[in-house]
Amino acid sequence: MNKYEVVIGLEIHLELKTRSKLFCSCSTTFGQEPNTNCCPVCLGLPGSLPVFNRRAIELAVTAALALNSKVQLRSRFDRKNYFYPDLPKAYQVSQYDQPLARGGFMEIESGESERIINLERVHLEEEAGKLVHAGNSIMGSAYSLVDYNRAGIPLLEIVTAPDIKSGQEARAFLEDLRSILLYSGASDCKMEEGSLRCDANISLRPQGSEKLGTKAEVKNMNSFRSVELALNYEAERQAEVLSAGGTITQETCHWDEEAKKTIPLRSKEGSSDYRYFPEPDLLPLVLEPAFIDNIYASLPELPAVRRKRLKEKYDLSAATAAQFTVNRALGDFFETAAQDYDRYNNLANWIQGDLQYQLRESGKEADDLDAKKLIELLELLDQGEINRPVAKELLTEMVNSGKSPKKLVKEKGLGRISGDEKLRPLVDQVISENPDAVENYLKGKDKALAFLVGKIMAMTKGRADPAELNKIIKERISNK
Amino acid sequence: MSIDFSKEVDYVARLARLKLKPEEKEIMAGQLSDILDTARKVQEIDTTGVEPTSHVIDLPTVLRDDETGSSLTLSRVLQNAPRRQQDYFKVPSITAKDNGINAGEEA
Amino acid sequence: MKLFQKNAAELSNMLQKNEVSAVDVVQSFLDRIELLEPHLKAFITHTPAMALQTASEVDSRRNNGEKLHPLAGVPVAIKDNISTQGLRTTCASHILESYIPPYDASVITALKRAGLPVLGKTNMDEFAMGSSTENSAFYPTRNPWNLDKVPGGSSGGSAVAVSAGMAPLALGSDTGGSIRQPASLCGLTGLRPTYGRVSRYGLIAFASSLDQIGPLTTTARDNALLLNLISGYDPLDSTALPGEVPDFTEDLGRGIKNLKVGVIRQNVSEGFDPEVTAAVLKAVSLLRDHGAEVDEVSLPLTDHGLSAYYLIAPSEASSNLGRYDGVRYGYNAGGDSIDEMFSTTRGRGFGPEVKRRIMIGTYALSAGYYDAYYLQAMKVRTMIRRDYDAAFKRFDILIGATTPTPAFNIGEKTDDPLQMYLSDICNITDSLAGVPSLSIPCGISSEGLPLGMQITGSYFNEALLLRVASFLEEAGESLPMRPKVKLPEGGEV
Ligand SMILES: [Mg+2]
Ligand SMILES: [Zn+2]
Repeated sequence: MNKYEVVIGLEIHLELKTRSKLFCSCSTTFGQEPNTNCCPVCLGLPGSLPVFNRRAIELAVTAALALNSKVQLRSRFDRKNYFYPDLPKAYQVSQYDQPLARGGFMEIESGESERIINLERVHLEEEAGKLVHAGNSIMGSAYSLVDYNRAGIPLLEIVTAPDIKSGQEARAFLEDLRSILLYSGASDCKMEEGSLRCDANISLRPQGSEKLGTKAEVKNMNSFRSVELALNYEAERQAEVLSAGGTITQETCHWDEEAKKTIPLRSKEGSSDYRYFPEPDLLPLVLEPAFIDNIYASLPELPAVRRKRLKEKYDLSAATAAQFTVNRALGDFFETAAQDYDRYNNLANWIQGDLQYQLRESGKEADDLDAKKLIELLELLDQGEINRPVAKELLTEMVNSGKSPKKLVKEKGLGRISGDEKLRPLVDQVISENPDAVENYLKGKDKALAFLVGKIMAMTKGRADPAELNKIIKERISNK
Repeated sequence: MSIDFSKEVDYVARLARLKLKPEEKEIMAGQLSDILDTARKVQEIDTTGVEPTSHVIDLPTVLRDDETGSSLTLSRVLQNAPRRQQDYFKVPSITAKDNGINAGEEA
Repeated sequence: MKLFQKNAAELSNMLQKNEVSAVDVVQSFLDRIELLEPHLKAFITHTPAMALQTASEVDSRRNNGEKLHPLAGVPVAIKDNISTQGLRTTCASHILESYIPPYDASVITALKRAGLPVLGKTNMDEFAMGSSTENSAFYPTRNPWNLDKVPGGSSGGSAVAVSAGMAPLALGSDTGGSIRQPASLCGLTGLRPTYGRVSRYGLIAFASSLDQIGPLTTTARDNALLLNLISGYDPLDSTALPGEVPDFTEDLGRGIKNLKVGVIRQNVSEGFDPEVTAAVLKAVSLLRDHGAEVDEVSLPLTDHGLSAYYLIAPSEASSNLGRYDGVRYGYNAGGDSIDEMFSTTRGRGFGPEVKRRIMIGTYALSAGYYDAYYLQAMKVRTMIRRDYDAAFKRFDILIGATTPTPAFNIGEKTDDPLQMYLSDICNITDSLAGVPSLSIPCGISSEGLPLGMQITGSYFNEALLLRVASFLEEAGESLPMRPKVKLPEGGEV
């Protein structure tokens, strides 16, 4: 394996978050009854014509800018011609030699270091329909069924340079990419709904060689994890072939999730000849510089910037900053709370630990919560009004009922028990119930004192202050 | 110089998904060669520095607002379907082999 | 004079003055169709009930005092490549033989709104590919001037319907001459509007960058009236241009004094039928006599235009016709694998001319040939547009013959596609440039066949073309012209 360098380029397709399709006003809602979101345009009925969805262009430009890709003032749409039953017009409206945006890059964290992955291009195209295979298996079914609900949904295609060196890096890239696209609002990036898909080209070359080897195209990777597994598998496979003196055939293969291996698909007769030509039904897309500038100006803070800012502004660890970036809602909650509370790391620990656990348990989202209440809780704790176990209990209550911690403390009588008046009867009870411990203490064993304190702490469920108890116990024993 | 189209017929018919009868192919090869000889006249023109015209309209494309409108009813969507099953269009398996016959030829 | 012998403007006047009912008008045309259709075969689908229904609605609305469109109640025939909701639209192809569109083309919506009864869907060359209407998958249409002759094509059915008095108005479509050439061969006024003037939404595409819907009528005024109705911006067609649409009848009768006329050398060629050239030149001298300034102009790329057209149009067609795959609509030949189903469906569903053009287009776009064929053709197209720009700096209109010869015999060119393609030689460069182009009758041959003349204008200048046409109608002796149809069993009607 070490003899070879792995070279991976990714092609990512993601559905843009529009209400209506790219060329018609049919809804893009996921999971509708088959063939109910269809009209003459997206069914490719004879005589129908496309008209562009402005929002799709805004979102595509947003995504391109977020990926540092250069948006072109003039781009063009082309027809990519091929026959497939899910493709209603027998061509896909796509962009060939004049894409929406060229170049671009993303910084990813790969192991210890940061790496730049360059992008070739970002372009817009239309989604195809969906094939349902009778008998649940793509292999060997007698017929297939077609649903055109997805046909015509706007798709963004992102093509990377062959800059990726391993399955792990591919996965890291995709995770960061998803994060960026979620932040930019361009896509939901739901791999399970097919709104984000990834194909990969992978080849090997001897270490130090400049020349690219013969590549295989891997498809059907349905999760980030399977991207990593599939590419590592394929790299391994190619290395074995090459090491044994064999050659790689250029082919398309399927990742078989069950068998955990890549399976070559029936090779296409001849090379695929898509006969691209300019789409005559659409005029060129011309964007005003001001249109692009406005979108640029309204871009939200992107993950890399946010991660860095969180780290610096709040002095958070890299891991915490990363978590508050990936989990945007949690990070936003942190930042809201941090406006009124400056023990940032304490706050972060509570949010990452107990709060996140409680959210998961209760099925709630961070933005369902009032940050002020968490601050109230932490301040009660900081001031010693409550102790840690009580604080945890209150947090559970607070997440579930939404009640204020102060109120809960009052309602449940969970506040601190202090003062001679309240503590003396408890101390006296413990002393009388544990004569051995008292004896031991009088013999000079400090452990016995701790034992007595522990007893009272248990009785009060920790609501007393051990230092204060220490003092009173000593006092009561010596007064005896 | 005339193009012998007979060599190209199979490849092009396959690309275009047109199954042709052998005699159809033969006639077509001759006619296509003639037509292409005429069509190749475009190559006589020096077009150095000339931009291609794909649209005679020199305007940017129009954009519509992202609003949903009414789709066709399911019965309208399926009314012309040659084959259907439930609410789907039905097609032969996409994985079945081409039974070895060159799709460009009809026996 | 019978109702079917009147033109649309006359019928419109009578209807508006309540001198006649729309039902009577429609019935007159239906009777004429019944008489002649067996011989001419101009229609693929007849819709008498629908036409009468629309007519009676128009009549009752008019009787209720509603203000109606001037053409309300004036019937129309529609080329069968224009989608009509609930009404079979076949493109004269087996592949669409039973296809029923679930929506109306935008021009149909406009006609319905205005209350024009639709008499039926007219025959054509399959997918508008042809120049004689012999490429219909169903039957050829015959020329009413001489039943042994072709009517031209591809809008042959629409042309014949109007020419033979089976409809006062018809819609056709023109990609490389498909309105003008049959208009010429049938003695009609046929307009190819500026590309983008009329919405293509619902017009079944042949070559998208060239297709335009336009009117076929007996007079310039009728043409203007129908053009008024179908023109204008359409939010459903990205290539339908925004902007004001003039009233095309306004300039009619304003004369032609000081009009700068360029006679296209290539379109009054020595190689043409001398009667054609003579008739065109006679019309030109009429213009000169009435104050037009006439000069000659050369459009040297005409031959190359034909070559470019026979690359660009088939290329676009090969893509546009990919959708006829047997999945969502149309003929399906069955098959065990998806590719077999696709290939057999398409191999059997399309006729020979359509397959030829799909093959040419697929080839021209395929890897390795794109630059030499398609791209080069698009560059030649640019040069042709430049020639037109230059010509329109000197001239207001350009004139030549519409066709090199009058109507040819049925079967004469069916075995020789190239000869057939050459019958559009005068029409094609206008299409490539996207400019408006009008064919009007300009005489009768010694054989008794109509001769046509083509007037070309600069972008969006249809009004000027129609103005010149209306001038020539008034100044000329023989225009407009209606044939006496000689029935095979004897007698003329
Ligand atoms: Mg793509
Ligand atoms: Zn739709």
